[in-house]
Amino acid sequence: MAAPQQQKLKVNGPVAVTANRLTDGAVVWRTSGEGWSVDLAEAAIVTTADDAIALLAAAQKRDLDAVGAYVAPVVIEADGSVKPGNLRERIRVAGPTFELPH
Amino acid sequence: MYAYDEFDRAFLAERVDEFRDQVVRRLSGALTEDEFKPLRLMNGVYLQLHAYMLRIAIPYGTLNADQLRRMAHVARTYDRGYGHFTTRQNIQFNWIKLEELPEAMAALAEVGVHGIQTSGNCIRNVTTDQWSGATPEECDDPRIWAEILRQYSTLHPEFTYLPRKFKIAITAAAHDRAATKVHDVGLRLHRNAQGELGFEVLVGGGLGRTPFVGKSIRPFLPVRDLLSYIEAIMRVYNQYGRRDNIYKARIKILVHEIGAEAFAKAVEAEWEAIRGGALHLTDEMIAEIRGRFIYPAFQALEDDPAELVEALKDARFATWYRNSVHKHKVPGHSIVTISLKPVGAPPGDATADQMDVVADLADDYGFGEIRVGHEQNLCLPNIAQKDLPELWRRLDAAGLATPNVNLVNDIIACPGLDYCALANARAIPVAQEIAKRFSDLDRARGIGRLHINISGCINACGHHHVGHIGILGVEKNGQEFYQITLGGRADEHAQLGTLLGPAVSYEQVPGLIEDVVDTYMELRAGPHELFIDTVARLGVEPFKERVYAAH
Amino acid sequence: MPLIENGKIIEDRFVRVGDDEALPEGAAVLIGVDRFLREAETLKGRQAPVGVIWPNDRPIAEIAPYLDRLSLIALVFPIFRDGRAYSQARLLRERLGWRGPLRATGNVLRDQFLLMERSGFDQIEAVKGADADAFDEAVHRYTVFYQPATDERPSLLRQRLGRTVRGV
Repeated sequence: MAAPQQQKLKVNGPVAVTANRLTDGAVVWRTSGEGWSVDLAEAAIVTTADDAIALLAAAQKRDLDAVGAYVAPVVIEADGSVKPGNLRERIRVAGPTFELPH
Repeated sequence: MYAYDEFDRAFLAERVDEFRDQVVRRLSGALTEDEFKPLRLMNGVYLQLHAYMLRIAIPYGTLNADQLRRMAHVARTYDRGYGHFTTRQNIQFNWIKLEELPEAMAALAEVGVHGIQTSGNCIRNVTTDQWSGATPEECDDPRIWAEILRQYSTLHPEFTYLPRKFKIAITAAAHDRAATKVHDVGLRLHRNAQGELGFEVLVGGGLGRTPFVGKSIRPFLPVRDLLSYIEAIMRVYNQYGRRDNIYKARIKILVHEIGAEAFAKAVEAEWEAIRGGALHLTDEMIAEIRGRFIYPAFQALEDDPAELVEALKDARFATWYRNSVHKHKVPGHSIVTISLKPVGAPPGDATADQMDVVADLADDYGFGEIRVGHEQNLCLPNIAQKDLPELWRRLDAAGLATPNVNLVNDIIACPGLDYCALANARAIPVAQEIAKRFSDLDRARGIGRLHINISGCINACGHHHVGHIGILGVEKNGQEFYQITLGGRADEHAQLGTLLGPAVSYEQVPGLIEDVVDTYMELRAGPHELFIDTVARLGVEPFKERVYAAH
Repeated sequence: MPLIENGKIIEDRFVRVGDDEALPEGAAVLIGVDRFLREAETLKGRQAPVGVIWPNDRPIAEIAPYLDRLSLIALVFPIFRDGRAYSQARLLRERLGWRGPLRATGNVLRDQFLLMERSGFDQIEAVKGADADAFDEAVHRYTVFYQPATDERPSLLRQRLGRTVRGV
């Protein structure tokens, strides 16, 4: 699989734009206020390819805050909360799936 | 140990300053991400799923105790208290901040450690046998030649922007622990009939998307011609390697497309023009590098001292001794492998505390020297046999005496989807689950030598093609699936594994591997026929029938 | 784009002329390789200097017959990550004996200046003005060089050897 940045955009449901913060690499989400947040709950959610392309294009205009932006699937739960939409994004949000060495 | 001098120290300080300046320019916007990325990569800095990752070279797998302690310090201060030893004699820190990287690099540079050329399309960290200088099997210390290549390739003006990355491995022993046949260039150091030292040169080996075993293009290259010949290879590759498709840019594709013979001809023609030039290694130059390797002042000791004989009455010690201790070239001494594969832990990970313990043990018993092998284990290459019992007690107390070296749960695994931005599927939890199935070490010993290699994507950092059992993670419709191969090997008889059958799901992998192993136990000609030999004798068919019938 | 020669920003006296444009009378011109080869015979008689832009996918050895009538060779970095022109530069200097000006063109950035200089380029056409201003710093960042290349800097192997011989 190519990294998500290199994939053709297919939108079949809610998506958000995500990237890594330049200064420390932390996972961030594009907000509707044209900024970035480490909290997925603050992400701008769109559901069409056109909106996703627009959201991504705006996010890519400036590469000084966050880098490697791409469109990622999300899931909207019954209570309205937003969750990552696939395993890769779940790992990005929650960390590795095993106990880290300590 | 190779002793860095003031030149090396000045260079490393200059490199850190340059990177510090590049980070400042990146953060100010003077450098775009596209411009910065190759620069950070050439210092070992990746951007992974959760954070930046710093990859540090352990040149030819040799470390001293102070260097390992400094790595522990970096793990504690700038990361989350642990590091991951890779299949390429590197260590990776997974949670480092870009802003703090120059500081971490400066701390490492003080002890001669760096991440230079651990990534990027350049000549990478040259790797070799982790038993170099200690094993009785070798004809010379291959690290001398790895060090000459390290110096030659460091910031090479012509070969810093190659079509793709370039990996060189060297072995000087008949038994190849450096996987030289699956490198861009593999060098086999040996003596010819006249007793002179030279290299057999293999090119075009490699794993990844299109795996190949390297082809021999020169049976004997006198050692003094090493650099001119490598330069000829690099120059042909730099000009003619493909740049239109990243997946076809490695030298193996060039060698495959034009043929090894035509490639060799081009190299020889280039070499003829430069072999007598500035790269010709004189005896003085070789002696200069050789003289900077400081060897332990071994005591005159007998093999099998009383302390060892007495300790071997302890069954636990005896088990560890038989598994993890190997023959040294100096009587009364041994090579000790430290398994970084405790059952259920991430393969190749070591905590900062464990690094400190190993550094202390190296100082107390092993002339301050530590090695790292491509199997993701550590090694203390120079241990007096009389010290083995005490060494074992201290390793055991630190959780570092799992006697499973070369066994079914000594699994090689890349970081996989849990860390890596390129991965399609997880590798570490698969390794953990398989290791747990064989947690009974008596059972594992009964199975014997068996290498399981797991990669989380086709880039093959887990060397799955050359695992006796290879496991490759792929993605299908958003789910993790795994392809299984059997019969691969990375040694002097290197070959690529054969696909067993259709890919299976994440949950099915441990059971399937257990079935493969059970099938081997039933089919083997006797306890002395290793897994790899049974597969060679019978092929994968009998395994396929049994395994897929059960699933 | 600023042109740097031997560490100084200089005026570019060569005019780049497209394949279909007329060559300006009496001016030094820099032309593409196709035109240069096509018009090689007529260019022989030209009184003003001629330079050629040699692409990085054409073997540099093919330039050999024309060297004595060239006043400038420009090699190309289509993107800074494409390093073929480094090999071409070294071959021009070390194999073909080119002593005239050798220019790095294309996506030429500060962090590659030193590599270019070490490979034999003496003219660098920088993309960014700020990079050109930082030229001196960029090529003097290092005092230690491990391997011999086209430049005169002694390699570390030989520096060490020198020290051993002198017994320092």
